[in-house]
Amino acid sequence: MSILARIKSFFGMEAKPDKEASQEEVEKVAEEKAKPRIGYIHLSGCTGDGMSLTENYDILAPLLTDMIDIVYGQTLVDLWEMPEMDIALVEGSCCLQDEHSVHELMEVREKAGLVVAFGSCAATGCFTRYSRGGQQAQPNHESFVPIADLVKVDLAIPGCPPSPEIIAKTVVAAINGDMDYLQPMMDLAGYTEACGCDLQTKVVNQALCIGCGTCAMACQTRALSMTNGRPELNENRCIKCGICYTQCPRSWWPAERINQDLGL
Amino acid sequence: MVLGTYKEVVAARSTDKQIQKLAQDGGIVSGLFCYALDEGLIDGAVVAGPTDVMWKPEPMVAMSSDEILAAAGTKYTFSPNVWMLKKAVRQYGLEKVGTVAIPCQSMGIRKMQSYPFGVRHLADKIALMLGIFCMENFPYESLRTFISEKAGVDFDLVEKLDIGKGKFWIKTADQMLTIPLKETHGYEQNGCKVCLDYVCELADVSTGSVGTPDGWSTVFVRTDAGETVFKQAVEAGVIETKSMDDVKPGLGLLEKLATDKKTKAMKVIDERKAMGLPVPFKGSGEKEDPLANV
Repeated sequence: MSILARIKSFFGMEAKPDKEASQEEVEKVAEEKAKPRIGYIHLSGCTGDGMSLTENYDILAPLLTDMIDIVYGQTLVDLWEMPEMDIALVEGSCCLQDEHSVHELMEVREKAGLVVAFGSCAATGCFTRYSRGGQQAQPNHESFVPIADLVKVDLAIPGCPPSPEIIAKTVVAAINGDMDYLQPMMDLAGYTEACGCDLQTKVVNQALCIGCGTCAMACQTRALSMTNGRPELNENRCIKCGICYTQCPRSWWPAERINQDLGL
Repeated sequence: MVLGTYKEVVAARSTDKQIQKLAQDGGIVSGLFCYALDEGLIDGAVVAGPTDVMWKPEPMVAMSSDEILAAAGTKYTFSPNVWMLKKAVRQYGLEKVGTVAIPCQSMGIRKMQSYPFGVRHLADKIALMLGIFCMENFPYESLRTFISEKAGVDFDLVEKLDIGKGKFWIKTADQMLTIPLKETHGYEQNGCKVCLDYVCELADVSTGSVGTPDGWSTVFVRTDAGETVFKQAVEAGVIETKSMDDVKPGLGLLEKLATDKKTKAMKVIDERKAMGLPVPFKGSGEKEDPLANV
């Protein structure tokens, strides 16, 4: 079954456009739809992605109580056996030397309808790409890969962490079956080898850079600056999260959505 | 639709004599930012500010009318204003940010607002985006070629740069030099060649000299936010307007230039796709309106 059909069948609805994640809509959705079962799987990440989720104070209470059921997650649910889930949010990359992580990820793929790489560690490996092992408590833990290297990923939400806003927008779009909004996340599921140097190879080298500065603005570690109208990467600061290229207006261009959001 | 979606288009200029003197054309960007600052509609604005190097701007956060006016006038080279937006919010603590943007910059900002993947607490703080018409942008060294090599004048003597009537104008204290625009071709940055947006279709309000007489600007009011500010500024007497029907050369010239830019860009986009080069926009065969900015 296609990912579109799968999401739609989970929520028993057809795709429809949706403008904003407003309080009213959140409540409306909460009343109308069966609650999707969500699991939160924590691999090698810092919990920053989950914390960013909880920063959606205004919609968090109705989200957790009325809109979704959290059915699995360390510290969230008192359950050892992984249940069937509609959506699994996976935070963190997967350590190849840690058999528990590998098994858990495999099991997630079996038990979850949709697997979401939630945050850049899961999506691109991010910071954990630099791991070279040789440290306590497990000196042989050295190989950390984006989860799409091991299992099929349906959606990726990069960010270190993803902003509270993109999380809210994505949740509401998913529950509303707004597939147009989610399309870029489906496309980004294939973007697993990210680096600040993508700006050079995929934008500047391709005669597409216009020197707007969006990449440098978006960089979450200030690894980028603008020199003579072009991004300049400080490799020592780059964590390979992929946000610079993801936000670049010359990587992909969601024209219809922007016009819709602006009322144009 | 080559001019984008808009609620209203008028000829306009700032009524402030000082702004008229300093501004590029009608002083719409300076006038609206000063007004918005005075009225508390914005806390500050990211503009292309002056640096020690003549005609080489850098983005700066202007918090007062004086700082806005110090940045007045067009620079014709890069000022990555989008870069400074985060600083405006995080380091200057602004809650309502204004910014001036050329079309490509407006696209970076709007994409960030619709898909703020890694950008937290910024999307909803862009209170006013003023867009500038833009045919192309030049690297600083291109600009130096025009001024130092082709026109043969010292950078430091240049008082104003302008593009209009088929020429690149270089004004010093005692002379007005021109280079035919034909001679500037090939010096523009390459990324501009796939750009389908001439009149900053995604700004709240967009403006530029084309379409109106010297000293005036053409103004498109596009979004609700833009309409609110522009209407208030006109009612307050900060901006005066005329109907576009009453001015020369009028909308026809704008439509022609916008169509030219889009047609040329569409051709480049199609050629790139045929070669297998990446391009974020749809090819002419993939969309209903070949000139739409998608």
